[in-house]
Amino acid sequence: MLEIRSLSKSFGGVKATDNVTLDFADGSLTAVIGPNGAGKSTFFNLITGALKPDSGQILLNGIDLAGRSPPEIVRHGIGRAFQVASIFPSLTVQETMLAAVCADQRRASVMHRRFPLAETRDRAEHAMELLGLAGKRNRTAATLSHGDQKLLDIALALVLDPKVLLLDEPTAGMGTEERWRMIDKVRELWETQKITVVFIEHDMDIVFKIAPEIIVLCYGRILATGRPDAIRRNEAVIEAYLGTEHHTGAIA
Amino acid sequence: MTELQADQGAQALEIPHAQAKTQRNRDALIALAVFVVLALLPTVFSSKLLLDFVIRCAAYGLFATSLNLLVGYTGLISFGHGMFFGLGAYGFGLMMQKTGVPVPVAFIATLVITFVVALVIGAICVRLKEIYFAFVTLAFQMLIHSTILSWVSLTGGDQGLRGGIPRPPFLGIDLSNQLHLYVASCALLVIGLYLMHRIAQSPFGYTLRMIRDNAMRASFIGIDVWRAKLTIFVLAALFASTGGIIMALFVSGAYPEFAYWTISGEGIFINMLGGVTTFLGPMVGTVLLLILNDTVTRLTEYHGLVLGIVILFFAIGLRKGLMDFVVEWYAQRRNNAGERG
Repeated sequence: MLEIRSLSKSFGGVKATDNVTLDFADGSLTAVIGPNGAGKSTFFNLITGALKPDSGQILLNGIDLAGRSPPEIVRHGIGRAFQVASIFPSLTVQETMLAAVCADQRRASVMHRRFPLAETRDRAEHAMELLGLAGKRNRTAATLSHGDQKLLDIALALVLDPKVLLLDEPTAGMGTEERWRMIDKVRELWETQKITVVFIEHDMDIVFKIAPEIIVLCYGRILATGRPDAIRRNEAVIEAYLGTEHHTGAIA
Repeated sequence: MTELQADQGAQALEIPHAQAKTQRNRDALIALAVFVVLALLPTVFSSKLLLDFVIRCAAYGLFATSLNLLVGYTGLISFGHGMFFGLGAYGFGLMMQKTGVPVPVAFIATLVITFVVALVIGAICVRLKEIYFAFVTLAFQMLIHSTILSWVSLTGGDQGLRGGIPRPPFLGIDLSNQLHLYVASCALLVIGLYLMHRIAQSPFGYTLRMIRDNAMRASFIGIDVWRAKLTIFVLAALFASTGGIIMALFVSGAYPEFAYWTISGEGIFINMLGGVTTFLGPMVGTVLLLILNDTVTRLTEYHGLVLGIVILFFAIGLRKGLMDFVVEWYAQRRNNAGERG
């Protein structure tokens, strides 16, 4: 279980994350939404160690990960994919997966054996199959389409067998059809892998269709949490998105 | 095409364990064959100039290839790598002059000193990014160079280590004999290249490639980027130091120029000439540079101008090193042939 306790982070006078307390149950699928500048990516950056919180706790199965380095946090089981696909352009899809498994098996420093290691193959293969990248194994990451680069980014996080997977706008920069394919893939991963998935998304159609739980952030604070129906009717959420001139059902 | 694909003929990666062992044996056999060919060279060509040329190639080749572990494989552009070449030359020379220990002991002691110095300097430098890393390594190189110049009682100052370096025979090897020195240099070169190639082809080598491509992402898959960079910084320093030891043995001395920034500049020049995307690029660059140096300086006093034009040709004309160009051209040709077939 991932528990966030009184998490805060300020940049100068701006509170990007303001006393956030949240629980993510094992195996849950949660969407994080909020207007631009709400602190969604900062929230992810704090959980994954890219930023150090000013105060608060990030407890994964009771272990406090707040302020630890990204490699440490990854080893405890929190994986992450990025808004802009973060990949290794010169490596092929397969090399990327194999090298990532090496890192996860603490074999990234091995010098006396030749790459790739036999014991990394099955996991790498499994991740490529899961994300539908097996047919592109010999393509260098730089030559993949934008959608495939996003999938590779997710595969990179998934191949590490995370307990919690954080996806920062998995559909960013995609066309309508590609978006739905991606989000179907995310849902399929969540269902088959039985891991906790938290994703940031701007497309409300997607959010309300697939997320059983939604968290709304605004100015670094939690504005609302709950199931899609409740969020859709929440006056404060409607106001945050549309201003005071709102009408019920505007977020759909 | 990546190196891994090139090695495996662009086939899907198949199972590595037995295959990796075969590959390792193949690499070792190639290294042995290269050594045998080099060692037999004097029986075919009796030119002493050729032997001298190969010895210098061994010294600079180890230095340049080790620099490529930083530049090409890790994305760490060091402007101060030459300090370890100088450290190797001075460390070994001083050890032999002042202590009179056997050559192998001085060799190992020099590497230990290099290890410690590289560990301290690396721990500071690899935290820095890009241009800051480049210039702080350069600053450390200038610090070492200045120390050599000012500590006259130990280093001989701007005159260097004078009086020659004693090279007492050991295990039947007499390094004051040119032929023995030649064979020993070839052995060190081949062993050094073999070890560096193994590092480049190991899981650690791929960790370095990931750091070069995207260090932030590498840390998010659990890689300790600082530690990996420090490890390769120290290893590269050890190979550069070995190059310096060969040079000290060759000239029977050590001079401040060995630790001056121009040595680092030459290393980068060699890498640009030969190319940084293939393992043998720096070795090819070394041979090219030494041939250029030797011929151009015989023909004109403006050798710097000629070398400048050559590097402009590679940097602006080809936009890559010679080996990069050849490998790309070959891959293109193979692809075209495949499409036609």
